[in-house]
Amino acid sequence: MKKTVNNRRSFIQFGLTSGALMLAGATAFFQKIKTTSASTEKVKVLTTDGKVMEVDKAHVNEPCHPVSRTLARQGIKGKKFVMVVDLSRCRNARKCISSCEKAHNIPHDRPFIKVLRMQDNEESSPYWMPKKCFHCDNPPCVKVCPVGATYKRSDGIVLVDNERCIGCRFCMSACPYSARVFNWGEPEKPENYNCAYSPETSTPSKIGTVEKCDFCPDMIRENKLPHCITSCPNGVLYFGDKLSDSVTNGDETVRLSEMLRDKGGYRYLEELGTEPNVYYLPPVNRLFPFKEMDENDVSQSEI
Amino acid sequence: MDNTLNQAEVEKIEHDLLNHITHRKKVHNIWLGFLLLVIAIGIFAYYRQLRYGLIVTSMRDYTSWGVYISNFVFFVAISLVGSLVSSILKLSKAEWSTPLTRLSEVIAIASIICAAIIIIVDMGRPDRFINVLIYGRIQSPIIWDVIIIATYLGLSVLLLYTSLIPDLAICRDKLTTVPKWQQKLYRILAMNWKGTPKQNAILLQISTILSITIIPVAFAIHTVTSWLFSTTWRPGWDSTNLGPYFVSGALMAGAAVIVIAMYFLRKSLFLKEYITLSHFDNMGKLLVLLSLVYLYFNINEYLGPAFKMVGVEGEHITELFTGKYAAMYWLVQIGGLILPIVVLIFKKARTPFPLMVVSFMVILGAWFKRYIIVIPSLQHPYLPIQDVDESYLHYIPSWEEWAITLASFGGVLFIITLLLRLFPLIPISETIHEKSAKNSAS
Ligand code: SF4
Repeated sequence: MKKTVNNRRSFIQFGLTSGALMLAGATAFFQKIKTTSASTEKVKVLTTDGKVMEVDKAHVNEPCHPVSRTLARQGIKGKKFVMVVDLSRCRNARKCISSCEKAHNIPHDRPFIKVLRMQDNEESSPYWMPKKCFHCDNPPCVKVCPVGATYKRSDGIVLVDNERCIGCRFCMSACPYSARVFNWGEPEKPENYNCAYSPETSTPSKIGTVEKCDFCPDMIRENKLPHCITSCPNGVLYFGDKLSDSVTNGDETVRLSEMLRDKGGYRYLEELGTEPNVYYLPPVNRLFPFKEMDENDVSQSEI
Repeated sequence: MDNTLNQAEVEKIEHDLLNHITHRKKVHNIWLGFLLLVIAIGIFAYYRQLRYGLIVTSMRDYTSWGVYISNFVFFVAISLVGSLVSSILKLSKAEWSTPLTRLSEVIAIASIICAAIIIIVDMGRPDRFINVLIYGRIQSPIIWDVIIIATYLGLSVLLLYTSLIPDLAICRDKLTTVPKWQQKLYRILAMNWKGTPKQNAILLQISTILSITIIPVAFAIHTVTSWLFSTTWRPGWDSTNLGPYFVSGALMAGAAVIVIAMYFLRKSLFLKEYITLSHFDNMGKLLVLLSLVYLYFNINEYLGPAFKMVGVEGEHITELFTGKYAAMYWLVQIGGLILPIVVLIFKKARTPFPLMVVSFMVILGAWFKRYIIVIPSLQHPYLPIQDVDESYLHYIPSWEEWAITLASFGGVLFIITLLLRLFPLIPISETIHEKSAKNSAS
């Protein structure tokens, strides 16, 4: 049983290296896929020789991510990724959460992103604070991991290799930002997902291992922005490269240093010395007045 | 041996102290059967955990360590007793403690083995344990703990074994009625011991070296365990006091365990002549001393944070002093620490039964103290706990966790019982030696 899955995976990976959207052609492929397909929905695809064809949706596979576990330890050369969160624009739309869940096939009970209702003191008004892994330069989780399953890459990203993790949860105790979630039970198998595991996609999840926000290196490799950035309707989240000093929220691209200087950028709990790579802009001159979370909002985006 | 004890006296001692090996009582078999049952239930619970994952526990994100870890810390603490009695007391020439050395070593070995098993039970992926050896990173406190636990276990076994050799020879020579395999075991383990002056000199040298080296290792084992906590930023753990705090608590709990073991074994193995009332009196005094030291570190641990009440640290203190954990906290601190000190000051309380009851309170307090150290800290992260299922906010161990925890106690008792079936509880040759020394002195 396990063998067939692996065969299929390697077959698909092989097909991918051609770089184009895969079109089911070879009989062998058909046979492999047929066993799992039940849908009759049709989609249009472009073949490698430029023709448009209509095929059964189940026969089309999203491109698999090619980066192996070894390569995923190295990071993208000459880059240093950062994120900026503009708290003055967040109105708890929670689109980042849902797009992240969808992209990483994670259930609602262990989200990589949380939008927290924060209030610094009784007098100041509450605000919404999207929070994910801070990809610290001095990461407590990496320091404590007994087996190097959690590691820091040259591009600043902190990843988890769930094929090495022994599930000791020391990293969860060590992280001051509660960024990590654990697969306490058997995670649900993502539907129609036949790609091999890579720490860069964090999919599929494995029982007894830890997970967290991965900054979507698979997207970055394709020159795309992480899912949360593009899905935010209010342009709260900026992502970019610290070395080239530019970050973008998908609509506008700005100089990181200028933005942090002019808008009073800060890092959460700077005093812990963890050196996060996620910056916050204070919730001043807000775009939206603060509104408590509506039950309906929750049910729409969360459940 | 140039005995000042006559042959009859020596034989009486040998007979008395070997008695529990040759004469098995039915109740001992029932006891073993009961322990096996408890262990079997634990194994069934663990089977469920292997099958469905850690979801069968009540641990979730936030409360990501639970009763397994606190129980682990408890057993590491108990294991310190071996070094307390057989090194610290021995080296300080407290001769009254001789009959207790083997008992303490046996308890130490049993609890360190079970501590190691519990830590594997806590792992999400026990099947990948080998990764610890393949990819082990020396920077991680978990690796320090693995190394030090293995070292301590090795040293403890050696310490037990070297002190056993002369007695094994006695077993080999005197126990001719026991089953063949058992005789063979004694013969092999006794390593041709004849009690020649040369052999005695070597043995003395080895055991002195061992009992000195085991002290720093014993301190290290619990200090390193405390570092699993103090190397993080969690409130209640982020403390430089944690090492000595853990070690002193462990020594106190260890002394209490010895008292309880003394009480029951003395009765069931007919050793009243050897474990005497003065042993109880002395252990009672020792317990007061160790409790006072622990009290001192307790005050250090809580006074500073409680005075300042900084942020999450303050929230954590409030939770312990007046919040959700207040009942447990004060029961532990008063019933398991202050009361024993006060009660045991009176001579009457240092007699077997009352001392056993007080020691029981100390042990109970010690177990719950570790629970209070591990769990509430995890429930006070820097960022508020929001957006999670209601069940994430509390932690009440599931039946599987309790069953496994009870099984670990069963396991410790099982190992102790088995060892006491094979080996004399009270060091025979040392007893003879000391008695004759005393006789010649008087
Ligand atoms: S849970 Fe996994 S990633 Fe975290 S410290 Fe343990 S082995 Fe490392």
